[in-house]
Amino acid sequence: MNNVIHFRLLINNLRATNWIMALFKLKINGKESEVDVDPSTPMLWVLRDHLNLVGTKYGCGIAQCGACTVHLDGTATRSCMLTVSMVGNSEITTIEGLSENGDHPVQKAWLEVDVPQCGYCQAGQIMTAAAFLEKNPNPTEEEIEMAMNGNICRCGTYLRIRKAVKMAAEG
Amino acid sequence: MDQINKSIGRRAFIRNTGLAGGGLILGFSWLNSCKPKQVTEEQVLQMPKEWFEINSYLKIGDNGVVTILCPNPEFGQNVMTSMPMIVAEELDVAWENVMVEMAPFNAETFGMQFTGGSQGIRRRWEGLRTVGASAKQMLKEAAAQQWGVPVAEITTENGVLTHSASGKSIGYGEIASAAAKIAVPEEVTLKTPKDFKVIRTSKKNVEGSKIVSGKPLFGLDYQYEGTLTAMATHPPAFGLKLKSFDATQAKSMPGIVDVFSIKTLNDDYERNYFDTNAFTELVVVVGKSTWEVMNAKKALSVEWEPIQNYSFTVDRFGAKAKTDVPSGLESSEGHYDQMVAMASKPGNVVRKDGNPEEAFKKAAKVIERSYTCPFLAHNCMEPMNFFAHVTEDSAKLAGPLQAPSLIEGTLAARLGLPVDKIEIEMTRMGGGFGRRAYAHYAVEAALISKQVNAPVKLMYTREDDMTFGIYRPSYHATYKAGLDENNNLVAFHVKAGGVPETPLFANRFPAGAVDNYLAEQWEINSNITVGAFRAPRSNFMAGVEQSFLDEVAELAGKDPVDFRLELLDRAKNNPVGEENDYEADRLAGVLELVKEKSNWGEAKPGMFRGVSAYFCHNTYAAHVVDLAMEGGNPRVQNAYCAIDCGIVVNPDAATNMAEGGIVDGIGNAMYGTLSFKDGAPQQQNFDRYRMIRNSEAPKNIEVHFVQNEIDPTGLGEPPFPPVFGALANALYKATGSRKNHQPFITDRELKG
Repeated sequence: MNNVIHFRLLINNLRATNWIMALFKLKINGKESEVDVDPSTPMLWVLRDHLNLVGTKYGCGIAQCGACTVHLDGTATRSCMLTVSMVGNSEITTIEGLSENGDHPVQKAWLEVDVPQCGYCQAGQIMTAAAFLEKNPNPTEEEIEMAMNGNICRCGTYLRIRKAVKMAAEG
Repeated sequence: MDQINKSIGRRAFIRNTGLAGGGLILGFSWLNSCKPKQVTEEQVLQMPKEWFEINSYLKIGDNGVVTILCPNPEFGQNVMTSMPMIVAEELDVAWENVMVEMAPFNAETFGMQFTGGSQGIRRRWEGLRTVGASAKQMLKEAAAQQWGVPVAEITTENGVLTHSASGKSIGYGEIASAAAKIAVPEEVTLKTPKDFKVIRTSKKNVEGSKIVSGKPLFGLDYQYEGTLTAMATHPPAFGLKLKSFDATQAKSMPGIVDVFSIKTLNDDYERNYFDTNAFTELVVVVGKSTWEVMNAKKALSVEWEPIQNYSFTVDRFGAKAKTDVPSGLESSEGHYDQMVAMASKPGNVVRKDGNPEEAFKKAAKVIERSYTCPFLAHNCMEPMNFFAHVTEDSAKLAGPLQAPSLIEGTLAARLGLPVDKIEIEMTRMGGGFGRRAYAHYAVEAALISKQVNAPVKLMYTREDDMTFGIYRPSYHATYKAGLDENNNLVAFHVKAGGVPETPLFANRFPAGAVDNYLAEQWEINSNITVGAFRAPRSNFMAGVEQSFLDEVAELAGKDPVDFRLELLDRAKNNPVGEENDYEADRLAGVLELVKEKSNWGEAKPGMFRGVSAYFCHNTYAAHVVDLAMEGGNPRVQNAYCAIDCGIVVNPDAATNMAEGGIVDGIGNAMYGTLSFKDGAPQQQNFDRYRMIRNSEAPKNIEVHFVQNEIDPTGLGEPPFPPVFGALANALYKATGSRKNHQPFITDRELKG
């Protein structure tokens, strides 16, 4: 752990004087990946630009809309504010890695309820829902609303999102 | 049965060779046939060995699998499902055997490939049915020839042709190669609605499984070898333009390929109606990755200077109009004062029935109210972006846009290329709401690609997107009504205007229902760019008109639903004037349906109700909302909605659209604001621009459709505008004060 902190300080010092690139070993969707990027790069852009995982979406860049939600050791995290240097040994799961065949219970419920309109925010919604249900497998309506409150859907599919989360919880 | 003339040509179908590999079997998940809880039991379609092109919209595989192209771009209104459903219906093919692809942009083959104005299904209805019916006719003729029987004796069902007299039958796939050689019929017979098997049944979104598994579908996901990333910096305020810039630092940053300025439109270029663009000179940063470009963009040093007054000619579908753009840095407060001043002066009279001046003088009671709304940003979740690869003699573009034909000419003029050298691919759009009808960002991407001589993806940041908008204008309306001693509405006056356009629809309800009627309008020029935003103009007028009528009903001592029905009765039986833009009985029909479904009139403790009804974009919608105060905050508990859009092609998808319209309406009515100070948008991202969130959406929504056999009309817009009124009326019941100025809730708490 000390090493990690030391490394971050070192990075910050280097960054203050010049731009540097650094090699990061990442665990993403159960696989090891290596990227050579500026340590301040948000994971969102590491995923999209460097690892060709474009299911994670850019919406606001300031952790307000939830379109970029991934799992960091199982916790729903906004990848637009999570720099690559902060990830360390944590495991990242993206929408592409949530299930092998798109058949995670949350994905199945999403299809069954036919939630999406434009679909752009839905990967983030699904990632938030999946992490939430891991921690709270039997949520109340109110808990579902609060859990999903950080994810904006401009098309207004919120009622279907709630219904799908409930359906996934009930199995 | 209607007989209609064949109007589709047999132009080259864009063959998807990737799918036609000999003997190759590809898994294809198809979920619409699945029963609840069995979504994993996917039916896997087997790819045919060979495809046979029947017409430009569809091809049939030797195994009976059919590929149908969706001609119109998809932004969430679900045309990729509903349009092919219409073709499949007339073709008589089992929906389970249909695959869908987005059509290439080719106006000559596919006509107006436009998503907007809720016109897609309405305008495509007959054409898509003809496509399916003519293909079916060709299959029938091929079978008749093979069997030596009269074509009229052949029947079709679920992709099988049958001649019952001889007991012969054959699958579409087996006869497709022969059918492809048959001449396209001159005339075809279309089904009557009672025979529909696909239309009016709920089919799931054909891209659903791709969406929930994060497949690349959107413009921002578009991939092409060697593509560079570009971002553009525009003036921080309307009323400013580029003066100079220093790119030294940005250029020296890692991953940066080039920094330069572009000019989107030439000075002598005559704009079309969708070339709206305030910022035609931009500073562009091109680099290897998004983060590097974002950082370099921040490091740019740019000087801006005030614009001078200018004007340009716009070609509005053949009619040329001069647009004057004033200089100056505008503010919302200034707009408000200007609007109030304009509203106090006489406007331009658009319609006058009877003698309103005299009627108001004689009226026993007179009521007058004024209403306003702010600018709104579209805030599509996928920010504006486009891919372009421009070479000396051709241009390939791909990205999210609502109307490729509207930007094709602009591209051709600016690049100096003939339109047939410009290829535009329509990607799935992460929302549109009108914003992507103005695809200046496609031209910008093309110019950047040309400059760096490489494929480029231009991306707007959220801040770029929100501050380089083609916004919903700010409007103002004053309504005045006069009642006689028996509380009959005898005089009505509406005066409406805005920055920079009027929202008035002079011939809509209650025009036609009042003997003495006056409609006036005015406009204030502005340098802030505005354009279509989900139900343009209606999105203001519906809410304020329905809010005002509620108050008039109260003054008359009448139930608000009964009061509206009374007026509609008058408009139906003895209309005033001849140019009334609505069918009174259909508008009354949705009100009656929502009255019944919501148990209107029944008192619910702690629940405050509001009603509204409106007609726009050829569809009728009425809402009742039940609102409760939760810890001082109003929350819609139930929203009841009745819609008359004729035949409902895909009922569950239509319900989804109406639900979304209601949620979007509540969100914009409650919180939506884009305000200006010295020309600069004060909200630049979702931390300050409040969007409706999950816990603020209604607890329940019920959507009911009027059942009839009228040709279908659209749904993207119509359910949206009246929500503002129903909500305002419920809020009045809950709080005792009328909500005449949007947004209704102005305080905010940060969330996220």
